[in-house]
Amino acid sequence: MRLPGLLASTWVLFRKDLLVEWRSRSRINALVFFSLATLLLFSFALGPDTALLRRNAGGYLWLALLLSSVLALGESFRVERENAALEGLRLIPVDSRAIFLSKGIANAVLLAALGLLLIPVLVALLDVRIVLSWGELLALVGLGCLAIAAPGTLYGAIASHARARDVLLPLLLFPILIPALVAAAKGTALVFEGDPMGQFPSWLTLLGSFDVIYWGLGVVLFPRVIEE
Amino acid sequence: MDVRMRRRVETAAVLAVACIFAYAAWVGLTQAPPDREMGDVQRIMYAHVPMVQMMLLAGTILFVCSVLYLFRASWKTDALAEASAELALVFGAIGTTLGSIWGRPTWGVYWAWDPRLTTVAILLVALAGYLALRRFVDDPERRAVWAAVTAIVIAVDVPIIYFSVKWWKSLHQVQSNPGTVDPDMVHALRWNITAFFLLFIVFLVARYRIALAARMRETTVPEAGPGARQAVAS
Repeated sequence: MRLPGLLASTWVLFRKDLLVEWRSRSRINALVFFSLATLLLFSFALGPDTALLRRNAGGYLWLALLLSSVLALGESFRVERENAALEGLRLIPVDSRAIFLSKGIANAVLLAALGLLLIPVLVALLDVRIVLSWGELLALVGLGCLAIAAPGTLYGAIASHARARDVLLPLLLFPILIPALVAAAKGTALVFEGDPMGQFPSWLTLLGSFDVIYWGLGVVLFPRVIEE
Repeated sequence: MDVRMRRRVETAAVLAVACIFAYAAWVGLTQAPPDREMGDVQRIMYAHVPMVQMMLLAGTILFVCSVLYLFRASWKTDALAEASAELALVFGAIGTTLGSIWGRPTWGVYWAWDPRLTTVAILLVALAGYLALRRFVDDPERRAVWAAVTAIVIAVDVPIIYFSVKWWKSLHQVQSNPGTVDPDMVHALRWNITAFFLLFIVFLVARYRIALAARMRETTVPEAGPGARQAVAS
């Protein structure tokens, strides 16, 4: 395994993914408005009880990110399927693990950007306060988005070639993500509400181990997914 | 062994399993003593414990078959993976329902967000997704590879389910097995585990054969010659 080569091609492909995204900006625009609408819907569905909304804000943040991630992941492979771009990528002599890493990291970056955008909205809309530090919140958002992106990219590649892909991706992805969702939502709630029992590190560790397991599995399994 | 002979042996085997199953149910329902605290409700254990064990066994078979398939493609491992995934879902769903019925009088609720229950629920929903994936992909080779990849991702949950009761020590008690239950109940539990295991094997073999036959039909008909598709369609 030539690691520098893998890292170099990952970097090139990662820049390509972000560039494609930046050229159209259609996906990020759609995601921003979709996630904002989701946050508003949660507030409307639960009624105007401020204390309740504030207590659940961590869960809303991650549900909004999770629902948006399905759109983001589906879209990230739709652009590859158009004009058979994925076939083109496979034809150039690039390690297919680099395709996974670049796509996964690009998806994680996109989701993390979305998460950072949603936090001020939560502060304004639901009156949450950052009781723990911003550093802890950023670590949580970063690890949580990596946790969604790893199985999401793997399953996105599978679902994009199947029938009924819009149904299939959430069906495959959501059950797997439950542990990450629990850890991320719980951790965020602790950041907003304070952490008198010192539970925050254990949720962060759970999220980190989830990342290690699923990024490892993704790197090993992805080449088999996209081979012909 | 000709086909008729094999049929007879199979019928005899299935009948023997049915007899063992009936005996195990009789022992569990009438011979074993009722639990001192829970009374007769505790007898659900004789079905709940073996069924959840079979779910974990099926999940393990699914994982092993999927890994084997990725190393060396074979319709046999693919068919066995499909069969074990369905059995894991069926045994897990019924076993969990039984546990839930037991939980109502014992814990006071049908369902609690205990780590064991949560991880089992994750496995069952993920298996449903796995089986949906199998039906949404038409190309048998791609389906087999993607299903194997999905199964390996799902199988991460199986050891977590097994160890969840030891790691977290929450509401659900640690595994019941012949080593941990009362000596008077060991006999009934052993017989029921054996009976459910044999039932599992019968189902697995039958479902494996159906899956393998379906795979053979999918992969051989298009090459059978001109007009083969029409012959199948009519």
